[in-house]
Amino acid sequence: MTEPIRRPKRKNPVLRTRQPVLPPWPRSRVALGLTAVAADGRFALQVCTDCRAVQYPPREACHNCLSSSLAWRDQSGDGELISQTLLQHSHDLFFRERLPWRLGMVVLDCGPTVVVHLHGDVPPPPARVRVGARLDKAGMAVLVGFPEKDVANMADDKQLREMTCDPKFRKVLVTDGKSPVGQALVRGLAAAGADLIWVGYSEPWKRTAGFDELKSLPQVTLLPLDITDGRAVKELAGEIGGKVDILINNVELHRTSGIASRYGTDVARAEMETNYLGLLRLAQEFGPVMRARGADGQSSAVAWVNLLSIFALSNFPAHGTFSASKAAAYSLAQCLRAEMRPAGVRVINVFPGPIDDEWNQLLPPPKLAPAALANAVLAALRDGVEDIYPGDVAQEWIARFRENHKVLERELAVG
Amino acid sequence: MIADTRATYDGVAVAVPVTVPYVRYSIRSAHWFIARALAGLLAESGLAKQDVDGVCVSGFLLFPDTAVGLMQHLGLSPRWLDHIPMGGACGIVALRRAARAVQSGDASIVACLAGDTNHVDSFRQTIASFSQFARDAVYPYGSGGPNASFAFLTDYHMRTRGTRREDFGKLCVAQRANALKYPHALFRKPLSLEEYLAARPIAEPLRLFDCVMPCAGAEGFLVMSAERARRMGVNYVRILGTIERHNAYPDDPIQIRGGWALDRDALYGQAGVGPRDVNVVEVYDDYPVIVAMQLEDLGFCAAGDIGSFIRSRSFTVDGTFPLNTSGGQLSVGQAGAAGGYLGLVECLRQLTGVAADRQVPDATVGLVSGFGMINYDRGLCSGAAVLRRADS
Repeated sequence: MTEPIRRPKRKNPVLRTRQPVLPPWPRSRVALGLTAVAADGRFALQVCTDCRAVQYPPREACHNCLSSSLAWRDQSGDGELISQTLLQHSHDLFFRERLPWRLGMVVLDCGPTVVVHLHGDVPPPPARVRVGARLDKAGMAVLVGFPEKDVANMADDKQLREMTCDPKFRKVLVTDGKSPVGQALVRGLAAAGADLIWVGYSEPWKRTAGFDELKSLPQVTLLPLDITDGRAVKELAGEIGGKVDILINNVELHRTSGIASRYGTDVARAEMETNYLGLLRLAQEFGPVMRARGADGQSSAVAWVNLLSIFALSNFPAHGTFSASKAAAYSLAQCLRAEMRPAGVRVINVFPGPIDDEWNQLLPPPKLAPAALANAVLAALRDGVEDIYPGDVAQEWIARFRENHKVLERELAVG
Repeated sequence: MIADTRATYDGVAVAVPVTVPYVRYSIRSAHWFIARALAGLLAESGLAKQDVDGVCVSGFLLFPDTAVGLMQHLGLSPRWLDHIPMGGACGIVALRRAARAVQSGDASIVACLAGDTNHVDSFRQTIASFSQFARDAVYPYGSGGPNASFAFLTDYHMRTRGTRREDFGKLCVAQRANALKYPHALFRKPLSLEEYLAARPIAEPLRLFDCVMPCAGAEGFLVMSAERARRMGVNYVRILGTIERHNAYPDDPIQIRGGWALDRDALYGQAGVGPRDVNVVEVYDDYPVIVAMQLEDLGFCAAGDIGSFIRSRSFTVDGTFPLNTSGGQLSVGQAGAAGGYLGLVECLRQLTGVAADRQVPDATVGLVSGFGMINYDRGLCSGAAVLRRADS
């Protein structure tokens, strides 16, 4: 049984903060298909569309019939552990710093034999296991062998915690505590065992229902934060930047207009100031210090979460300028992801459908409850997922987008 | 034994075993070691460089060169050239290719060469980019290299075949005793079973003395017509039979046997001898589990009986089953691709009677086997050859 992790001791300021190192990241292009599906929290393998043979490791041609028609298809991951080893020596710095390291060889029920990182609660072979894909610290998909049934403290497994961003005992900054989503996030993080939660707020003269009550949570500290003010962001980063393990940027400005429905650029500029330049300011002030803390003990800097929108993928004309600002933020978040990767800090992009709030009043249901969005973000942190599309609308959009993004564009234009 | 319709290797001679002394690390390149092996072949045989009209090369660290670039490097102009990137099977495969080249007249004297260097960080770089499958699906999992791969095979073998640590230990201890009589072995101290069992764990169940040590060095031999060998007055060895196989038993979920099991009847059928006729055995030995697998697959004991087989034999040069008589890679060191030649070169010494104080008495028929290339979860290349001393 996995030992539950304990609250880490105060950091000794005399000791050097270790430099982050990553597990090996080179992959063939075809193997990146596994990463693409793992980023969504799925486990899929290539399946030959001609003869149905399941392939692993990833291939360019079917090992059975030589067809080149191989499609990534979701798999259950059920299989049998037939062999294991406990590594006490590694050629790679990342693993060398983390030995011993448990590995297994699993015969999947769907056919192939796979090498996996083996969870500590899986019994010795022969044993039934569930194999899933996770993104490792390098952002690349790896396979993990889990116990057949969930056990207590599973997430605290030492190896698994290197691939996830569980908020337990971590210090989190939520940039906006006033919105319903922000409040749900703070409450969810507190319930998930976050150690400290800094909660930003702007426009202090404006009272918001539920906000003052956050103060009663023992983990919470409220801090004034206006991400359109570069100096304010810089000062806050100077104050707490060196301690933030998880940064959740959920500030957003949402107005409902297209091009013709609102003359001038003032509102669009304000949306860009918050949704795009606000992210850029945060990234420039908090990014470097979080990068430096990618290997800072049990609770190192692990994740940066961006609240984007499903409208970032394809413009929703009724909310046209908002969509454009989120598209800009999405593009910048991809840049941030590339820049945080060398430190092993994961950038999680959240693409919700319309949230059930004031600015989506005129959109028909189903709309996403703030608590459901918060739960989805927490699950993404725990499962080490990189992109999430919470809510029925987002799920439908992403399915349409993946099938044919041009068709989706035309559907949205027609309304 | 089944009838074998392949052409024989009649009239082919294998001669002039050469070893370039091994070192743990070297600042020289693979080219340096292979050049020394070629120079050794010429010095031993009395041939001039121009007499060598066929060359067969193996070396992991020749990159970015292949055998082609090496020819200009060494100033050779062969009319037949082969490059065999098959790791631990390269010796057997080189022997097969070279013998056919000589028989067909495409070459008259083939220099078979394998060598590698070992820099302080070169082994890590080799395994990190060993193959596409390894890079995609093995190296990111703990980066244990071959230690981890063979740990899986060993763990499975012990669980399903009932082999014990002591069984593997007996092989390693006997090979060390043999190595003490081999001047080029890098391991110079005796090894006891207690030391073997108590060594530090590397990739459990493997411990230190289960794992081959990377080093630098080279090996070589010549293949020519028997008639030419007699004219030159060199001792030589005849080839009775050979096999090779790649990616055998792909449907086995984990490697518990290799291509030898598939092809051994063809081997002994061509050779006209059986396992009982063999006096000296040199099998590939980067890890003892693979020794056990070859002894089973090559018919020295029934599948599943390897544990009791090991317990009832002794494997030193003066034992009941002389095995890996130079100490094998486990006690000599693994000089990259030269590891695929080590057993073959030692077998040539045994069968030509130049193995000095580790000479197996009356060594007449020898068996050599090779195993190479853990591309993903198993070694893909297997090969074996049965050799006989020329004057018997």
